[in-house]
Order: sequence, then C-alpha cells, then structure tokens
Amino acid sequence: MKIQQILASKGMNVITVHPEQPAREAISLLVEYHIGALVVVDSDKRPVGILSERDIVRRAAEDEAFFSEPVANLMTRQLITGIRQDDTFSVAATMTEKRFRHLPIMDEGKLIGIVSIGDILKAERNQYRGEIDTLETRIMAGEA
Amino acid sequence: MLQVGTESNPLRVAVIGAGPTGFYTAEHLFRQKDFVVEVDMFERLPSPYGLVRYGVAPDHQKIKSVTKVYDRTAKKPGFRFFGNVELGKHIQVADLRCYYHQIVYTTGAQTDRRLGIPGEDLAGSLPATEFVAWYNGHPDYRDYEVDLSVEAAAVVGVGNVAMDVARILSRTPEELAVTDITDYALEALSQSQIKDVYILGRRGPAQAKFSTPEIKELGAMADADCCVLAEEAELDALSQAALADGSDRATMKKIEIIQSYAGRESSGKSRKLTLRFLVSPVELIGDEHGRVVKMRLVKNELYKTESGTLRPRATDQFEEIPVGLVFRSVGYRGKALPGVPFYDSWGVILNEGGRVVDPETKKPVLGEYTGGWIKRGPSGVIGTNKPDALETVKHMLADLAEGKTLDPAEPAAEAVEKFVCDRQPDSFSYDDWLRLKEMEVANGEAQGRPRVKFTSVAEMKAALGK
Repeated sequence: MKIQQILASKGMNVITVHPEQPAREAISLLVEYHIGALVVVDSDKRPVGILSERDIVRRAAEDEAFFSEPVANLMTRQLITGIRQDDTFSVAATMTEKRFRHLPIMDEGKLIGIVSIGDILKAERNQYRGEIDTLETRIMAGEA
Repeated sequence: MLQVGTESNPLRVAVIGAGPTGFYTAEHLFRQKDFVVEVDMFERLPSPYGLVRYGVAPDHQKIKSVTKVYDRTAKKPGFRFFGNVELGKHIQVADLRCYYHQIVYTTGAQTDRRLGIPGEDLAGSLPATEFVAWYNGHPDYRDYEVDLSVEAAAVVGVGNVAMDVARILSRTPEELAVTDITDYALEALSQSQIKDVYILGRRGPAQAKFSTPEIKELGAMADADCCVLAEEAELDALSQAALADGSDRATMKKIEIIQSYAGRESSGKSRKLTLRFLVSPVELIGDEHGRVVKMRLVKNELYKTESGTLRPRATDQFEEIPVGLVFRSVGYRGKALPGVPFYDSWGVILNEGGRVVDPETKKPVLGEYTGGWIKRGPSGVIGTNKPDALETVKHMLADLAEGKTLDPAEPAAEAVEKFVCDRQPDSFSYDDWLRLKEMEVANGEAQGRPRVKFTSVAEMKAALGK
C-alpha cells in the first residue's frame, strides 16, 4: 500500500506553524485539531522542522517557562520526509527503527500531507482485516 | 426538519455503484440499530457485484463466492436495486439531492494508468483492464478485439491483474472451459498463437505485489512453464537488508518460490511464462502497419528513499524483446462522476474519512460520502473495502446524529422509483438480477461450468422478456 492511499482520506489539510510562533500557540493547535505534531514551515511554506508532543515534553522537563519560547527552540530540525509513492510497510519500519511518529509528505517540493504512525497502523489493520475476511470467504466456499 | 432515521422518516441513502464497497456500505448501514435506514443502490450495468463479476479472473471462482454475502444484504427490508441506471445519464446528483438524505459514491477505479512512453498508442498496446473486461463478459467490451495471432505478449506490472492476464493468456482451452469465461473469449484464446508471455516488474522479487498463492499458481499451469532469470531472482543488498531480521515471513516465502523458478529448464510445455524483475519499458516499437513488434526495456536498480521505501531507478543498460501484444497493468484510477468533486491527479474523490471534500475549498460537502477504491485508490483485496466502508458509515451516522444531512424535497421511496422509471424504463430490480443469475447458473450446469454469463444488456432484457 502506498502513502497516497492514506492521504486521499485525510482531506489534504496540513496544520502548520511558523518557527517564530510561541510554543503556546503551537500547543493550542495540537489540542484544537486533535493531532500529535505540527510541521514547522518558513514564509515560503517550506518545511524547516517538525514539532511533536515529544519535543514539547522534552522542553517542558527542562524549563517550566517554555510556553512563550518560539517554536524554533523546541522543534526537531532533522526532518525526515516521505513521498506519496512510499510503501506504508517500509515507512512503518523506518518510524520504528528511527523512533519518530509523524512523517510530512512532500510532492514536487510542496508539503501535501502528514502521516502518523496511527494512520499507518489503521491502514495496515484494515488491510489485514480485509485479507482475513477474503480468506475466510474462500475457505467457507470450500472447493465449490 | 422531522427527525431523520425513524420509522416514519427513515434515513434515505443512495449508493452509487453495486460493487463490493456498495454492498459493504449497505450492510453496515443495515447492521446498526440506532436508525431506520433505506438504501437504494444505483448501478450503471443491469448486474451487480462490480469487479467480483467483471474483474476477478474466471479461474478464481472461490473468490466470487463472496457474492452470497451481497445477496443476503440485498434481501434486507429497505434495500432496492436500480440496475442499468447511470449517474450523469439517467439521474443527476441534483436529482439525488431531491430524494435522499445521504449519497455515497462507490464507483471503484475503472480506468488504467498509462505508462507514459513512446509507442504506447500503437495497435497491440492495451490496458489490461479492457482485456479483463472482455474475457469476463462486461457488456461494454463484448465487441472488443484483441489480436492473439502474435507469438509473444508482455504484461507490464506485477499486481493481481497482471498475474490474472498472464495466467489467462497461458491457460489451455481445457483449463478455461470449466470456468465462466465468456464463450467468445474461450474461442479466441483457443486459437491463440502466443508462445511467450513476459511479466515485467520494475522492482525486485521482494517488492512484487502479487500474493504467494498467485506466484505458486504460475508454476502449476497445465501447459506453460514458468521461469525467472537467475540473476533477477537474486536479491539486491538493500532488499536483503530490509528482510534481514526475518520477520517478514510472507515476503520470504514469496521469494523462495520465485527463486525456485530461477534457471528452470523448459519441461517441453507449449508456452513459457517469464517473470522479469528490475526492468521498465521505455518504448514500444511498431512495424510499418503501426503494430507493436518490439519493446525496449531499461534495467533498473533500487535505491532507498528517506523514509525507507525501495524504489526503482533506471540504469544505462537497455535491451529489446520482441512482443506483439503489450498489456499495461501499472495501476488504476477512478473516473470523475458528473457533478461530484474529483481529485484528478490522483484519480480519487478526495475525502476526510469518507466525507467528500471539495479539492478547491478543502471543506466537506454536506450529505455526500465515498468508499472503496474511488475513496482511497486501488489497494488491498476485496475484503479491504469492508473496514473502509465501515469508516464511511460511521461518519455518515455521526453526521446524521448531528442533523447534518441533506433535506430532500421528496424523501418517499415511491417518488424516486417513479422518477427512475420515467428516465430509464429499462431499469433492472434485484429480483430481475436473481432471475438472470439463476438462468446463468442453469446454463452453466449443463456444460459443467459455474455459469454462462449474459454478455449484453439486450440479452439480459430478452431473457427476462422485458
């Protein structure tokens, strides 16, 4: 399965934040949209980093007054991105191995979406459920 | 508006497309207990089941038994079928809005992706989907012509459809005669001169999309040998590394079977199926009559994307193979429906968990939903559409609970029936279909086949005395 197949049902809306915005605003966005990470983009809408719940927790443990700090101070700059042609299984393996949970997806230099490990889990679960269902149907049909 | 989803005011749903996802959508809607629901299913063809009838290969009958589940859904009170009724032709989205609270598009992925190479439009270069529709008796392709007098054919792609096409081209008439393949296709295939069938994968054995049973099947054909080039059966370093932890048993099993075909000597069978890996066609070359005679291939190598996918990249090594037929099977895409937002570059209806989204405004469209391949693109097996349809239905019911439905002017079931009869006097009900199905099975029984299909709308009408 390709990443594009997950993105098609996500409506193509990516919630982004700018590096100079305060962490407080980023947290509000995470809560408002029920998501776990924001892609940090510059004024040309190019991704420059990612801000995940984990980044926020890490900074919160260091400094209780982090709320007013700019996103740039908290975000992960080493950004791993994907393309819509990526295989979901390979992406899942890379996420597990490199311990990240959100993958911004780029297409011809533009940010077109973000896929979380939860999205991949759901897609894989549906695929397995579907395969089980189809196999069961075949078995029930016997040799007919 | 009166409370929708009650005995006196049932939720009226139009499902567009009677393939697996259409039926799973109806099934999920009937299964829930919170609301009273009526489902009208519209289908362009007189017969339901979509790809199960017109896509699944005739030598894979067991898969087709899933239609029993669909027939059970069709028996539910509140279900109606309007066959031979086409959206955009007999009924418009604006009409549906007058009769239904919710509309669900489950029209699948009906067209093929193109290769985008020179020579693709030469005679003898065809989409695999059309060939499949032809041998399976799709009424639109009854008069399709495919020249099987050539000696070699290539199937581009290594998905399920590619495997089906390669298998059907390689089967003996005796093997096909016991299936529900159409008589005209059986006749044409019996005269086939094809000796060599190539299946071309752009990546390696570890990335091939076909399933283990499918690759195993290729090695057990009555009169065709299956072989793989020894050097292409070997895994490259990147694929080896990806499988190194040994957890992906299914892929390892698949590779084991592929490697067992490597360097196999011909056992004297009449046909040869050659599975090629790490090659992509770059040009189809024609003769003076504009017919394909050769295919130019480039050797690929794999590279790893940032997120870990192994993708093909062309090298500077080329080769040519003589082929008179080329079937492209490199992906499928949906067709835009008149009056429905469509995301053309991906060939899907853009959506949020099944709620149709306008690609311009990126906002959900009230009362319109989608499911299956037109929703996410072609992936998985038939059953994958069941959880997919469930996601859509959950959102439909959540919207209903919040009162977010269309407000149809004429929600009575009889009103739409009258409208459809006016626009399409030749519509088919589910009872019509079940009668046709009975006749098909009876005709098949006489010949020791699962069924003999009706292959035109005129035949179907005549059989019912319409």
